[in-house]
Amino acid sequence: MLDLVRTGRQVEAHAPWPRVVVDHEVWRTMTTELALGRLTLVSLWAESDRIHAAVSANGSIGVFSLDCPEGEYPSVGATHPAAIRFERAVHDIFGLVALGALDTRPWLDHGRWGVKHPMAATVQAPDLARPAYAFLPVEGESLHVIPVGPVHAGIIEPGHFRFTVNGEAVVRLEERLGYVHKGIESLMQGQTIERASRLAGRTSGDSTVACALAFSRAVEAATGATVPARAHYVRAIMAELERLANHCGDIGAICNDATFTIMHAHCGILREEVLRAADTCFGHRLMMDKIISGGVAIDVSADGIAALRALLDNFRRRFPHLIALYDDTASLQNRTVTTGVVAKDLVAQFGCGGIVGRASGRAFDARKAIAYPPYADLTFDVPVFSEGDVNARVWVRIREVQQSLSLIAQLIERLPPGPVAAEIPAAGECEGAALVEGFRGDVFAWLRLAGDGTVARCHLRDPSWFQWPLLEAAIEGNIVADFPLCNKSFNCSYSGHDL
Amino acid sequence: MRKLMLEGIIRGVLTESAPSPDAAAIKELGVSLARTTRRRLGRSLSIREVDAGSCNGCELEIHALNNAFYDIERFGLRFVASPRHADVLLVTGPVTANMRVALERTYRATPDPKWVVAVGDCGFDGGCFAGSYACVGGVSAVIPVDLHIKGCPPRPVDLLKGLIALVDHLDDSLLKRV
Repeated sequence: MLDLVRTGRQVEAHAPWPRVVVDHEVWRTMTTELALGRLTLVSLWAESDRIHAAVSANGSIGVFSLDCPEGEYPSVGATHPAAIRFERAVHDIFGLVALGALDTRPWLDHGRWGVKHPMAATVQAPDLARPAYAFLPVEGESLHVIPVGPVHAGIIEPGHFRFTVNGEAVVRLEERLGYVHKGIESLMQGQTIERASRLAGRTSGDSTVACALAFSRAVEAATGATVPARAHYVRAIMAELERLANHCGDIGAICNDATFTIMHAHCGILREEVLRAADTCFGHRLMMDKIISGGVAIDVSADGIAALRALLDNFRRRFPHLIALYDDTASLQNRTVTTGVVAKDLVAQFGCGGIVGRASGRAFDARKAIAYPPYADLTFDVPVFSEGDVNARVWVRIREVQQSLSLIAQLIERLPPGPVAAEIPAAGECEGAALVEGFRGDVFAWLRLAGDGTVARCHLRDPSWFQWPLLEAAIEGNIVADFPLCNKSFNCSYSGHDL
Repeated sequence: MRKLMLEGIIRGVLTESAPSPDAAAIKELGVSLARTTRRRLGRSLSIREVDAGSCNGCELEIHALNNAFYDIERFGLRFVASPRHADVLLVTGPVTANMRVALERTYRATPDPKWVVAVGDCGFDGGCFAGSYACVGGVSAVIPVDLHIKGCPPRPVDLLKGLIALVDHLDDSLLKRV
């Protein structure tokens, strides 16, 4: 990839990775490399007159930018499917056209915003006659369609699923998302770092720590701010608490979808205890707005440390019983083993991170691959399974709970003294990017700050962008009744994706 | 599993004592509740949760109401899977433009008498998403709201207080009638 980066004009004041402005030829070469699997797509986003792609190879990341004076660019999605939904979203928001794209249907725009291409250079009035959304055609004998959502039966986020089934077996699932699109990237423009950070922390409530961390690290990279060592440790405590809480909730919820409610009840208790410990430590159960650019908004007190120690003891006593219960219950295993298999080559092709990737043999974890502080100082494993089924995704979570417990113990043991926040220096116009590991997978943030320190443009990419498409593949051939189980084992974010 | 169950018996009950209802919430409810509700519903309410654009933070705390600490069902409150089974719609989020129609249809699908509780700062007035091209605003911008429970997100105990106030008010309206 470095060779490819050298062919472009490097943009100054972009950190920590290079951003290069390239021509059509290099853009096409990058696309080919993505399609051949030699590069992995990290994200694809736009501004009114240019398109950006962040790609990675062997742990290094590069951002390629192509100017689009005519409002068009060669499609990446035409040969690399992981980019298709990004390109559809870019067209909805900015009006840029992906030349040669196979799927040009709208994605986030449901025709209800009152504007067309809201972040384009010139915002247009919406089309008066807009055709109904065209779901993909399905042909064959004895097929019927089950439309589900956007309002679902559980206490969950809205989205539409269209199942085509043959008897009990799902032959195709097509997702339609965008229902909770709030225009976050547009709202961020022109805001102070503090206000934009609050928005970043509300892209996906269950990942508020991870999103705020990605945003803050991008700000710090752009401005060259030095975060105090203690702040890195406190941030990691928050991130691991968030992982613990969500993994406990998910393990219980997956078992609940197989009607094994005792696991759900016990995991719900553990989750609540994590949130209460977080509340004691940081004054907010989900730790919203506690990570700020330059450090953290609140230090962990002696009471907080005591609450964390009690939490760890509690987990060490009780969690092994729950693992044994999961592992020893054949009727539960009967539901999770071999259900919803995601193929290894598919996670590699989509660069799918997090639980879904690691349950199908892709060992990527930003805490290791990028090794941002303080993770380089800490000892932990990245659990990887190869089966790719619901069971493997449960086990990744179980093992990660154990790793997070160990990480929190190390963090409070070695917590360095000192301040927990630093000033953000005035740096003029500058750009930064960051990749951090949330509970769901890697969260990417990119931003440009204007000369006055406000946010000129910010892009946030939730890990779900690469996981949602694979859910469509995972359910194929499974029975309809196993969809909740598969879906819960992915637990993709709607809000983080719809933004 | 036997060990876990045995432990459950020995350890005793995790469920905490009920919080007292919120004074402001009781006042707000005074305007909207009919006298006949107790006769029709008894002291129980079925709740349908609708995410109309939330970041999912409110849903996490609403979920927590079902855990052993809060045990919402002891108050006669339970979550149901369809608006057709519901007395109360518990709505979160700034209502997004893309969810507006779904929310309106869910409201229409809920049989009378019905109440709407808007949850969270975003459900109140759109919160930090107010003013976006993609958001309509608070829940009351789309359907009539009987009670707001604010917070970002509100703690489970605040949700309980608001919902208990709702149930208690139904009781009071009956007593006055008798």
